Amino acid sequence: MTFQKLPIALLLPALLLGQGKSVPTTELLKPLKNEWLTYNGDYTGKRYSALTQVNRSTVKNLTLGWMSRITPGPGAPAGGRRGGAAPAPLIIGGEGKGDINAGGGTIKCSVLAVDGVLYFTMPDNAWAVDAHDGRELWHYFWKTRGGTHIGNRGLAIWNNYLFMETPDNYLVSLEAKTGKERWHVPIAELEQGYFSTPAPIVIGNHVLVGTGNDIDAPGFLQSFDPETGKLQWKFYTVPMNPGDPGLDTWKSLDAARHGGGQVWIPGAYDPETKLYIFGTGNPTPAYTTGTRGEGDNLFTCALVAINVETGKMAWYYSTSPHDMHDYDSAQTPVIVDGMFNGRMRKMVMTAARNGYFFVLDRVTGERLLTTKYGQRTNWAKGLDKNGAPQHDPEKDPTVPGALVSPDSGGTVNWEPPAFSPDTGYFYVPEINTYSMLYLTELDPRGSMGLGGKEEVTVGTSGNYLDAIDYKTGKVAWRRPFSGGGGGVLATAGKLVFTGDGAGSLVAYDAVNGKPLWNTRIGQISNAPQTFMMDGRQYVIAATGDILWAFMLY
Amino acid sequence: MKQFSMAGAAVAFLTLTLPAFPQGGFVPGQKRPPGDPVQIARGKTIYGIGCTACHGADLRGGDIGGPNLLRSQAALSDKNGEMIAPIIHGSRQSTGMPKIDMSQDDALAVSAYVRSVLETIGGQGRPPATGKVPEKIVVGDAVAGQAYFSAKCASCHSVTADLKGIAARYEDPRALQNAWVAGGSRRRGPQAASKARTVTATVTLATDEKLEGRVVRIDDFLISLRLEDDSIRTFTRFGDKPKVDLRDPMQTHRDLLDTYTDKDIHDVTAYMVTVK
Repeated sequence: MTFQKLPIALLLPALLLGQGKSVPTTELLKPLKNEWLTYNGDYTGKRYSALTQVNRSTVKNLTLGWMSRITPGPGAPAGGRRGGAAPAPLIIGGEGKGDINAGGGTIKCSVLAVDGVLYFTMPDNAWAVDAHDGRELWHYFWKTRGGTHIGNRGLAIWNNYLFMETPDNYLVSLEAKTGKERWHVPIAELEQGYFSTPAPIVIGNHVLVGTGNDIDAPGFLQSFDPETGKLQWKFYTVPMNPGDPGLDTWKSLDAARHGGGQVWIPGAYDPETKLYIFGTGNPTPAYTTGTRGEGDNLFTCALVAINVETGKMAWYYSTSPHDMHDYDSAQTPVIVDGMFNGRMRKMVMTAARNGYFFVLDRVTGERLLTTKYGQRTNWAKGLDKNGAPQHDPEKDPTVPGALVSPDSGGTVNWEPPAFSPDTGYFYVPEINTYSMLYLTELDPRGSMGLGGKEEVTVGTSGNYLDAIDYKTGKVAWRRPFSGGGGGVLATAGKLVFTGDGAGSLVAYDAVNGKPLWNTRIGQISNAPQTFMMDGRQYVIAATGDILWAFMLY
Repeated sequence: MKQFSMAGAAVAFLTLTLPAFPQGGFVPGQKRPPGDPVQIARGKTIYGIGCTACHGADLRGGDIGGPNLLRSQAALSDKNGEMIAPIIHGSRQSTGMPKIDMSQDDALAVSAYVRSVLETIGGQGRPPATGKVPEKIVVGDAVAGQAYFSAKCASCHSVTADLKGIAARYEDPRALQNAWVAGGSRRRGPQAASKARTVTATVTLATDEKLEGRVVRIDDFLISLRLEDDSIRTFTRFGDKPKVDLRDPMQTHRDLLDTYTDKDIHDVTAYMVTVK
C-alpha cells in the first residue's frame, strides 16, 4: 500500500488501525498469488497458488510463525494477549435478543489475506487479525435469532467492505478497517427452515449469496448490490411457476416448489462468458419419492451456469439425477483451460459427493467425461444417456436395508478440492464409507426433509487423497490417509497441502503423493491457504478455534 | 442436504453435535409462543371438519390432493394467522385453494392449530413422529443365510460359541443386522477392544530388534504400540522405515463389505435371528 498520495486525515486512522487496503473488483480477476481475496483465492476454484518459495526442497524448513486462539461470542477476551496491546474493539450487531449463545465454534472458512490483514469467521463471528502475529484488530459478533449453526465459509471483500452471511439468514456488510457494520439485509426466512453458511462471492457489482435448508423448500441464489444491499436478482434452482423449464421432471408444481436444490457452497466464475457456475444440493424429500415422482428433479444435484449480470441460466448438467441419498452436488467446481482429446478446451470440473468425477465444456455445458473415483461407490447402475450415474433402486433406502457406499456424508462433502496446472491433477479426498440404509416411511406421500430413513455407518474400506488426471478421469495416485482435512491447497512449489485426518497438516509431493512435511497441530478444520508477506511465503490452516501460520525464515 | 460439521469419514462415526440452543421446533433456537390451548383445540375441530379431506389429518396432504401444510412456506412463516387466514378466505383461488367460509376467529383458530403442529416437526425437516410400528425388516431366506454363514463366516465364528444366543442380545433385528455387517457393535471405552478386534503390529528397528504390540495409532509419520508390559512406545516413520507389519483381524470384515449383496445380508440376518 502506498501512503504518499493519501491525505493526512485518512492516513492517520489507517496507521492506528493497521493495514488493509481497498480491493477493487479488478483485483479479484487475477490468478491466485500473493494475497487471498475470495473464497477459493481466485475465481477459478483451483486453489492453486503461483507462489514457489515453499517448494519440494524448502518445505522441510517450514516452521511456526505464530498461532492465535480466538473466542467467539459477545464476552470474548480480545487483543490483550500479545503483551500490552490495547484490547481489540468488539462490535456487536444482530437482530436477536442476545439470549441465544451458540457456544464454541470452529473455523471452517477461507481466510481472506489482504495487505497484511487476515479476515475470517465462525458462525455469528468475524475477525480481523494482523497477519504478522495473529493479533486481533477487531471482532464482530452477531446476535442470532437461531438457525443451524453448522459452519461459516468466510467473508467476501469489495473495495473497503466485507460481506458475511449469518446462520439466521442475513447478509451483513462491515467496514474492513474497523469491523463496524454498514448494513444488514435479510436473505431468507428463518421460520421456513433456511440457514446460511456460504461465503458470499463478489463479482463486479454483484454480491452472490446462497443459502441452505433441510426441509422441503426451494433453493436459490441471490445477487445483492454491494453498496446498498439492494436485491438485484434471485435465481431459483427448482421450477417455481407453470411453464418453467424442468417442471416436467417433477410430479407436480407443488413438488418442484418444495424440491430443494440448495446453494450452499460458492461457485466459480468465468469472466469471458460472464458465467457463474455452482453446484446445487439434493432434492427434497431426500429419501422418498412419493411427492417428487421418478423424474430427474431438475435442477437439484446439478452444476448450473448462470449469467452473473442477468441471473438467467445458460446451461445445467445433472450430476445426480433423481438423487436418493442426500448426495448434494454442492461441491466446488473448478475452471481449467487445457488440452482434452487433442484440442484446447475451456472446461469446468467437479468431483461430486456421489463418488463421480465430471469434466464439462464450461461454455456449453457439454459433458466431456464421467468417471467413478469412489472405489466402493455402489449406488448407481451405470451411466444414463447424458453420462450421469443412474440410481439403482435396489440401493435406494429399502425396508430390509441396503448396503450403500458412500454413506450420506459422501465421497467428499463440502471440502474444496484443488487443481494444479503443473501436474494436470485434480486433488480431492476419497472417503469410502459403507452404511446400511433403511426406508422407515412407507406412506405413499413420502416423508419430508431428511426424514423417512435410518442410516447406520457400518464401516469403511479406506480413505485416500486422490490425484485425478482430468484427461482420463483416472486416479493417478491414491495416498491413504485417515480422512479429509477441510480441503486442499496446491502450489506452484509442486506441493499439495491438506489435513490428514490424523492430527497433522501435511505437505505432499503434487507429482506422486509422497508426504514431504507434516506438523502435528490437531485436526485441520479448513482448507490450508498460502500468501506472501514481506518477502515470505506463509502457509495457514485452522484447527478448531486456532489459526496457525507457518513460514520460512 | 447435510453438511458435515467436520471433514472426513472419521467424523461419520462421531455424533454431529449442534450448539446448545434452547429446545425449539425444527429451526434451532426458534421457539414459537405456546399459543392458547382453547383456541388450538377449537382450531383442531374446525380443521377436522373443513380441511382434512384435502390436507390430511396429519396436515401432510390428503386424499383429494391438497398440499402438505407442514412444508408450506406460508404456514411456516405464519405468526398470528396473518399468512394462513387470508388463504383460507380465498386469496389463492387462482392456484386451486378454494375459499372456505369461516369466521375470522375460526380462521385464526385453524392457524393456531396448524402452528402447533408445525412445532412438532423434527430436526432436518423430519415429519412429526406418527407412532407407527416399524416395518418388519427380516425378509431373507434363513436357509440360504445359514449356507452363506457356513461358507464365509464359519472359519472365524460359530453360533454355538462366540455368536451363541446373538439374537437374544438384540431386540431390534435392524440393530442385529447393523452389528454383524459392521463386525460387532461399536462399543466404546476400554472394554471395546476385544482381542478378536485388536489391531496389532510388529515394528522392526534398524538393529533388527522387533517390537510387538497393540496399535494405539498409526499414520504416515508415527506408529504407537502398547507393548506387553502395557507401556506405550512411539516410533517416527520415515517412509518404509522402520518396517511395520500390521495385523488387523477386522480386515476380513472390511473386505466382505465389498462383496455382500443385499440378498446375502438379508439371508444371513434371517438366519441370525434364529440363533436365540
